[in-house]
Amino acid sequence: MSYVDYLVRRAIHSVPVIFGLSVLIFLISRVIPGDPVRLALGPEATQQQVAALRAEMGLDQPLPMQYADWLFGVVQGDWGMSLRTNNNVFSDIVARLPATLELTVVTLFFAVLLAIPFGVVAGTNKDRWQDHLSRITALFGVSMPRFWVAIVLQIVFVVSLGLLPLSGRLSDGVAPPPAVTHLYLVDSLIAGQFGTFLDAATHLLLPTVALGLATLAQVMRLIRSDMIDEQRKDYVLAARAYGLPNALIEYKYMLQNAFTSSLTVVGLAFGFLLGNAFLVEIVFAWPGMARYGVQAILYQDFNAIVGVTIVVGIGFVTANFVVDLLYGYLDPRVRLEEG
Amino acid sequence: MADPILEVKNLHVHFETHDGTAEVINGIDFSIDRGETAALVGETGCGKSVTVKSIMGLLPSATIPEGEIRYKGEDVLSLSDAERHSRRGKEMSMIMQDPMTSLNPVLTVGEQMMDVLKWQGRPRLSLSKLVRDTLSTGAKAEHRTRAIEMLGEVEISAPERVFESYPVELSGGMRQRVLIAIALLSEPDLLIADEPGTALDVTTEAKVLDLLDELVEERDTSVLYITHDLGVAREVSDRINVMYAGEIVEQAPTADLFANPQHPYTRGLLESIPTLSTGIGDGIEGHLPDYTNPPAGCRFADRCPHAEAACHEAYPYPRQTGPDHATACHLFEGLPARERHESLATDPVNIGTAPWLTGGDAPGDISADGGTDQ
Repeated sequence: MSYVDYLVRRAIHSVPVIFGLSVLIFLISRVIPGDPVRLALGPEATQQQVAALRAEMGLDQPLPMQYADWLFGVVQGDWGMSLRTNNNVFSDIVARLPATLELTVVTLFFAVLLAIPFGVVAGTNKDRWQDHLSRITALFGVSMPRFWVAIVLQIVFVVSLGLLPLSGRLSDGVAPPPAVTHLYLVDSLIAGQFGTFLDAATHLLLPTVALGLATLAQVMRLIRSDMIDEQRKDYVLAARAYGLPNALIEYKYMLQNAFTSSLTVVGLAFGFLLGNAFLVEIVFAWPGMARYGVQAILYQDFNAIVGVTIVVGIGFVTANFVVDLLYGYLDPRVRLEEG
Repeated sequence: MADPILEVKNLHVHFETHDGTAEVINGIDFSIDRGETAALVGETGCGKSVTVKSIMGLLPSATIPEGEIRYKGEDVLSLSDAERHSRRGKEMSMIMQDPMTSLNPVLTVGEQMMDVLKWQGRPRLSLSKLVRDTLSTGAKAEHRTRAIEMLGEVEISAPERVFESYPVELSGGMRQRVLIAIALLSEPDLLIADEPGTALDVTTEAKVLDLLDELVEERDTSVLYITHDLGVAREVSDRINVMYAGEIVEQAPTADLFANPQHPYTRGLLESIPTLSTGIGDGIEGHLPDYTNPPAGCRFADRCPHAEAACHEAYPYPRQTGPDHATACHLFEGLPARERHESLATDPVNIGTAPWLTGGDAPGDISADGGTDQ
């Protein structure tokens, strides 16, 4: 099976997943306690009024019809009003998503970029000081709560050393770059505003570290243990017997085998970060979607909760799709043996 | 022996384990002449693989407290890691045992062969070479031609297709051929063949062995053949070293060994060859000794049908039992095969002569084509 066939096949596979996801989210929106009609009309409303509004909102229709209506609305960007901001939830999220996306993508990118060499070095130096160092770092990274790390970083790097900005995406007085992708790093580069790029990058630094330390630790440990497993394989011994350089064996031969299983975790980590960036977003006053989601929960802002759930859900599905693509690219057995 | 390409002298290999030091190789000696094929025969766990890995320098966790490994007269154990690395693959290469696991599953056959051609013998990855190679299409085309030519030489009928294939797309026999092709890519002078074909079915194995025989004949390559199967060793080798529990118990030219097998372990191996040779089976009762606490005397004594009390006490140094025939067994008398054992020879152990030589207890027809052992 060629890679294109594999790609198409994986894409088709994610269709039922998205369908299932939409059904699930729709059902959640219907079982959240509280009758939206009663809520809208207040306690004084008569039975007739309730019935009339119910009919108007389509709530007297059978569930499948309601689902179709709801889905139609969602696809068109009609995600309902937020009780808290009085805006369309869709536009609320669209305004906040880029900030979160920028934070999570940058975090994940650097977490994986650093996890690879650290994991390889730890795995190929099992039980030596490099491995112990990585183990201690990993234990620290996994066990420290992200918000706590965030606060400590602020105390050290902002309050004591005064090296980095405290919060937000840009310094006061720095105008956001012309909006193309709404990701400041990308937009400032497109506009050629390197000062703005630097400012955005320094603002990103601490939140990224706070958010990514645990992911880095997790992926690093996985790569380490997979590298140790790979080391025992015959092809590694064979490559050594052929006199290939160690670095080639480690970073080309073993890593490509070892990384495939870590990849699944990286995919899940992306979805996780998307929904769980809120603690870091709150500490750093990051105007992102995760923070919006938490506030929605606290205010029982149902439409906003459902909206954020949809985005996080799509994030998960997309991340897994990308993981599948990379998986098929890195490991030919996946695409050759399927089908 | 004239002009040996490889000489192993009094090699000891130890491993540190939780239960103490495992004395896995206990003073072995053997040599291979240029163009000769020698076999190292013994059951699984007897130290064959450890021996060849020591020769290749692929045992970072082991210590070699004593011994010499001379390749073309040069003591390789005294060389630096980089110097050993530069000889690996180019000077001495290895055919791996299991074709199903010895190729990297995520890279095409071609890519793996190109890597060998590009990087073999270089201890370090150099970035400048990496860049230069990526830019130079000439070298790439040359490597490709060489790789495909080599695939043709191992009688793969569609070398271009195999070159582009991933290992999963190939059969076991095909993969074994690829492994042979990779090992021979740089025309090594010494080839170590670690039970090639054992993982394949018997007919495919026979074909692969014939092919390998032809290839090394053409190139005049010296081969060290590792196998647990005396039947295979007889087919391919000029000389046989029988190994048991980290010691070489008998060594002789192949014809001589089959005509006159001496050590009880060798005889046990011969008797356990099934008609369709696939393995040793459970022909000899008992197990290998514990390497962390090896017997002081003969390591085979526990399983030997002729063992006397003295066998458990006195080390059976290899002795000269015929021209170019050495056996490490108290049943035989002879001058010590190695000078270092001369002091032991002053106090010979007498447990009589081998019963099969005195007329009783002769084993039946032990050689595959009906030859006799006496």
